[in-house]
Amino acid sequence: MELYDLTIHQAHELLARREISSVELTQALLDRIAAVDEKVKAYLCVLEEAALADAAAADRRRAEGEDHPLLGIPLAVKDVLTTRGIETTCGSRMLENFKPTFDATAIIKLRDAGAVLMGKTNTDEFAMGSTTENSAFFTTHNPWDLSRVPGGSSGGSAAATAAGECIAAIGSDTGGSIRQPASFCGVAGLKPTYGRVSRHGLVAFASSLDQVGALGKDVTDCALLLQTMAGHDPMDSTSAELPVPDYREGMDRSVAGIKLGVPREYFREGMQPEVEQAVRQALDVYESLGAELVDISMPHTDYCLSTYYVLAPAEASANLARFDGIRYGYSAPDAQDIWETYRKTRAEGFGPEVKRRIMLGTYALSTGYYDAYYLKAQKVRTLIKQDFDRAYAQVDALVAPTVPLTAFRIGEKIDDLLQLYLVDILTLSTNLAGICGVSIPCGMANGLPIGMQVLGNAYQEATVLRVAYAYEQATDWHLRRPPL
Amino acid sequence: MEFEAIIGVEVHAQILTKSKMFCRCSADVAHAAPNTHTCPICLGMPGTLPVINQAAVEATVLTGMALNCTIPSFSKFDRKNYHYPDLPKGYQVSQYDYPLTKDGYLDVQVNGETRRLRIRRVHLEEDTARLVHEGDTSLIDFNRSSLPLMEIVSEADMRSAEDTYAYLVKLRQILRYLGVSTGNMEEGAMRCEANISVRPVGMEEYGTKVEVKNLNSFRSVRLAIAYEIERQIGVLEEGGEIQQVTMGWDEAGLRTVFQRSKEFAEDYRYFPEPDLPPLEIDQALRESIAARLPELPDAKRERCVMVYGIRSEDARLLCEDRATAGFFERAVEAASERVSAQTVANWIVGEVFRLLGESGQGIDQIKMQPEDLAALLDMLAGGTINATVAKEVLEEMFTSGQAPDVIVERRGLRQINDQEALSAAVRTALDDNPGPVAQYLAGKEQVLGFLIGQVMRATRGQANVQIVTELLRAELEKRR
Repeated sequence: MELYDLTIHQAHELLARREISSVELTQALLDRIAAVDEKVKAYLCVLEEAALADAAAADRRRAEGEDHPLLGIPLAVKDVLTTRGIETTCGSRMLENFKPTFDATAIIKLRDAGAVLMGKTNTDEFAMGSTTENSAFFTTHNPWDLSRVPGGSSGGSAAATAAGECIAAIGSDTGGSIRQPASFCGVAGLKPTYGRVSRHGLVAFASSLDQVGALGKDVTDCALLLQTMAGHDPMDSTSAELPVPDYREGMDRSVAGIKLGVPREYFREGMQPEVEQAVRQALDVYESLGAELVDISMPHTDYCLSTYYVLAPAEASANLARFDGIRYGYSAPDAQDIWETYRKTRAEGFGPEVKRRIMLGTYALSTGYYDAYYLKAQKVRTLIKQDFDRAYAQVDALVAPTVPLTAFRIGEKIDDLLQLYLVDILTLSTNLAGICGVSIPCGMANGLPIGMQVLGNAYQEATVLRVAYAYEQATDWHLRRPPL
Repeated sequence: MEFEAIIGVEVHAQILTKSKMFCRCSADVAHAAPNTHTCPICLGMPGTLPVINQAAVEATVLTGMALNCTIPSFSKFDRKNYHYPDLPKGYQVSQYDYPLTKDGYLDVQVNGETRRLRIRRVHLEEDTARLVHEGDTSLIDFNRSSLPLMEIVSEADMRSAEDTYAYLVKLRQILRYLGVSTGNMEEGAMRCEANISVRPVGMEEYGTKVEVKNLNSFRSVRLAIAYEIERQIGVLEEGGEIQQVTMGWDEAGLRTVFQRSKEFAEDYRYFPEPDLPPLEIDQALRESIAARLPELPDAKRERCVMVYGIRSEDARLLCEDRATAGFFERAVEAASERVSAQTVANWIVGEVFRLLGESGQGIDQIKMQPEDLAALLDMLAGGTINATVAKEVLEEMFTSGQAPDVIVERRGLRQINDQEALSAAVRTALDDNPGPVAQYLAGKEQVLGFLIGQVMRATRGQANVQIVTELLRAELEKRR
């Protein structure tokens, strides 16, 4: 096995036994990046020198007797998390060359644990998209089929993980942006409960939906990353003041007797047959493990898309107002006055999808439309949340496809917005309800991974991880690597 | 036709807190070099989140309580969206439909009559940065960015510039009493905008309102409102129509000038601030804030009249600010039985105010302690010193902070009550001034004052005037 194919826990074992050093591991990954990233294009920037320095520091800490599951582990970070002194572009021209003055809280926690920061990964501009095609710089390619999209917006992190360009990665999920690319790239992706991980330093897209999460080669890696990043942060008033459980403890407990809901609305007409088949087979696996399957109805599922595309753009329209060419980032060079500076900076600095969402959101909040759009959507959001509340009164977790289809070709859907938005139809509800979910690979179709998501109630990450882990132990989909 | 004016005002007051509204930057920016009190949060850098300043919330609730507002248990912050270089996030965190406090009132005295002026709401928000225009460039100082600011919105209950002036003066007095704001308009710590309309007396409907901004002093408030009322009446009398516009007060030209019309009014697209959880002001917090509510000026003034028996006008002057009232009360508490509260009041309103005016200091800045003023007045009442000496000693106490007995002893200013010593001084004065003595004896009794002055000068002002006068009269009679 190549070093770059290791999971966090495998690499940790080798590091702990002094069989490898973090510098060797980091160098192996830098070599792998040099070999494949030209094709995959997962990284916006690779921090070669800094990563080796981080690795050397981790080796010293280990030599001094320190240990942590992430000590010396090379990670990739989606370029929407601020990194002190390191370019944080959000995949936008607006922030090309922008270097924040502070690290995101999640980054601080990972650094404190001794993780090695390999680089910043590609993303749809300001995390708005499902393919990375909205990145202002380039499109990332799916390691399983380079002609296809990796999913998005955390497509760079998912592709880097699948391609062995990092041991694991950090992403963000506003409507499926971790789980959907994890599904397309055949890796595990965890979207924690809203409030579980601090958003401080996560450049905001939609503040009430955004959440920092993890992408790994297996469920254990997601648990380890969450363990390190989770917890209350005084810098984020929406982060929960709840204790963080030990996510690995009890993760290997049997799922016999556990109740798994199967939301019938998530098996949609028109979904790719292989996807439905793979998830149905996975449900059989759960049954064989002793889990009880319960048919569940989530009647407001059809409203998730429209609700999301009112609320997320509304919040984005305010969150992105700060990019005005006055203090940092892109500023139109030839503007004559302040109003022209605003107009030109934003016209030239933002890509079409970002502009579309700013306009949608501005419209939804305008006088005369607020009640019909924003306020109505907030009410529907409550109904969607209640669907989940009713479900979790009956079951421990829900199991459903992550995406109704496998990775499609680059350019295939970018001009058909509604088709593109429908890709996220099964992931949006999790964010609207503020709950948690993990996507794991559960099959292959035509050489492309299929993903299934396990959704849990708020702060029930331990349950979700346990359910996903049980499946992982019973199958070997998570062991497959793309033929790069 | 007779017209009446309808006026409502919005007051923004900077709240005196240690740190800013949503970050840990020091709020003490008054004399700081530009952009020295900033951080990623108040600069609106990507990835930052606000954290509510509890002290600012409590100061706003305290103010609402002092203004007789109700304090709902639920409140929240909203985003007010607009682009301007002084607004780094592109939105201001403010409060829209659930302010911290609402439905209060303020009683003010206008022309000897009490007027109850209703207050719609007091809410909390963040200040903008400060723009400095130099030639054709503009500079931004983010020190002010995100300072806590409360907005106090009145109902349209004012009918004249005098009403409005009285309201603002009273409001500032209360803010200062509470210690929540300096209320200094010239420094921009308190800012005022007025909505003014006029209508024929007897008409129910409101006229078209005009917003007047740039009112940077109490004087400009009064002048601008009076001017704008006259302007609007003039337009109507000539058969014109009032346009719904925003005007600015031109301090130099003493007139209101057009700024922008209603068509360009912004749609602020308010929506709940998703980065901040709603605020819950529970019973316990409400009670703990209420316990901090100090005695307010009206109550204090009434108590001073009732308890100390001082004149109402003196009570008003003494209760103008909390420090003066405190000084007065401490002095009265310390004073001996032979010093009346009215005497203490007289000395503060007279001598102490004069010295404060000359030195430009506030009463809370001087070295003199109220207990020492009480001791001084006791020495005066007991005849240890006379009034002239007392004033002289007070001046030294004011600047040095020394106790009066120390000053009197050191400078040997005790009053001379000794009959024999004074008789000698009186005889000498008469011997030295045969002319005035002759005049007196010829019936011109006014020269007695001159002769008293001679004795006082000879005793360096320390003689007991009463005794001197008696002795002079007796001695002069002997020489008749």
